[in-house]
Amino acid sequence: MMRQAIEKNAKLLALFAIACTAVVGLVHLLTKDRIVEQEQLQLVNTLNSLIPPNKHNNAMTQSCFYISDELLGENSHKVYLATQDEQPVAAAITATAPDGYNGNIELLVAVNYDGSVSGVRVIKHQETPGLGDKVELRKNDWILSFSGKKILGEQDNRWAVAKDGGMFDQFTGATITPRAVVNAVKRTVNYFNLHKAQLFTHAATCQGE
Amino acid sequence: MNIPNEYKELAWQGLWKNNPGLVQLLGLCPLLAVTSTVVNALGLGLATMFVLICSNATVSAIQHWVPKEIRIPIFVLIIAAFVTCVQLLMNAFTYGLYESLGIFLPLIVTNCAIIGRAEAYASKNPVKQASFDGLMMGLGFLLVLVVLGAIREVLGQGTLFDGAQLLLGDWAANLRIEVMQLDNQFLLAILPPGAFIAMGFLIAAKNKIDDKIAQHQPKEQESQIERVRVNFDS
Repeated sequence: MMRQAIEKNAKLLALFAIACTAVVGLVHLLTKDRIVEQEQLQLVNTLNSLIPPNKHNNAMTQSCFYISDELLGENSHKVYLATQDEQPVAAAITATAPDGYNGNIELLVAVNYDGSVSGVRVIKHQETPGLGDKVELRKNDWILSFSGKKILGEQDNRWAVAKDGGMFDQFTGATITPRAVVNAVKRTVNYFNLHKAQLFTHAATCQGE
Repeated sequence: MNIPNEYKELAWQGLWKNNPGLVQLLGLCPLLAVTSTVVNALGLGLATMFVLICSNATVSAIQHWVPKEIRIPIFVLIIAAFVTCVQLLMNAFTYGLYESLGIFLPLIVTNCAIIGRAEAYASKNPVKQASFDGLMMGLGFLLVLVVLGAIREVLGQGTLFDGAQLLLGDWAANLRIEVMQLDNQFLLAILPPGAFIAMGFLIAAKNKIDDKIAQHQPKEQESQIERVRVNFDS
């Protein structure tokens, strides 16, 4: 009796598990393409807002590869290249600021070939709502203050928040977050200046990701 | 005329008397965490309501085939499956909102209000009533979320419906209402402690209203009794 009951219950459970998995699988199949499309669209939108689409004529999401360098933070990072008729225009590089107020801040930094910043966006962060989260474009336009800035020379003291004697404002009540972002952008631009020749000859390896 | 009364009672239970947010105090984690804006609250509320209706209907439909020893794992399976589906659908169709709800979307699985309703009501009642119960309980939860979201958004940012386009599409961008101009955001209202405080005031308000109602009802009964006495004496 006992054994029968266990067998029956086990079969029922298995049946339900299969049915539920089937439903989830079906929904996954139906939405899969659209989710990829949405993520792709989001990426293209972000890239286009950083590097104006009229300045380059390649598909940036297709000319992408992975790199890793301690200047960009831990783990591997992505580079998206923008070229106009095969001539280098700019590159968008993901970077990690490890010293945010509340963990890592993930950035996408676009640098023009001449070394000036084309644009910066915060991709992911857990900074304090209302204080540190002003680095998001939809909360505050502070992040736009990077556009057009260049690093001059080895020791450019202007690349710091105003409190440290630099040219970037901090927020009232939040200095750590903007400081982390400014430093990460500075390191990324430095990396680009050091390696830009290699970057634009690198083969694309992460198509459409 | 029996059926409408039954549904009326279900609606009254879900929306007011036994409201999952205000009375049962279930699902507090999402309730407090995502209600920093009306739109977030609405998004999570709708997702929860959808899961609640589907899980109640399914649990009620299969009640005769499920032995009571294994009912809990099966309920959990069903709820998890629906939540995953909702998550995939939101990822596909409301990408911005999916991003802003983050971890709280999959965490609907752990909302005890859902398994609570499956166990306490849906597993013992017919599909129609169970679905309706899911709708009303979900609506009650949604209303609390939205009210809390509205209070916190007005106090914290001075706006209402900020970011409505994430949920409803681009046309909704101009739904945004600037209620008052704040130079600095009122941080307490945005952070979780503000949610606890606002929640406390909401529960207090509900209790106050209940007290008022309770005060009115005994008076009517007393007057009836008096009349009876008068009749008796005379």
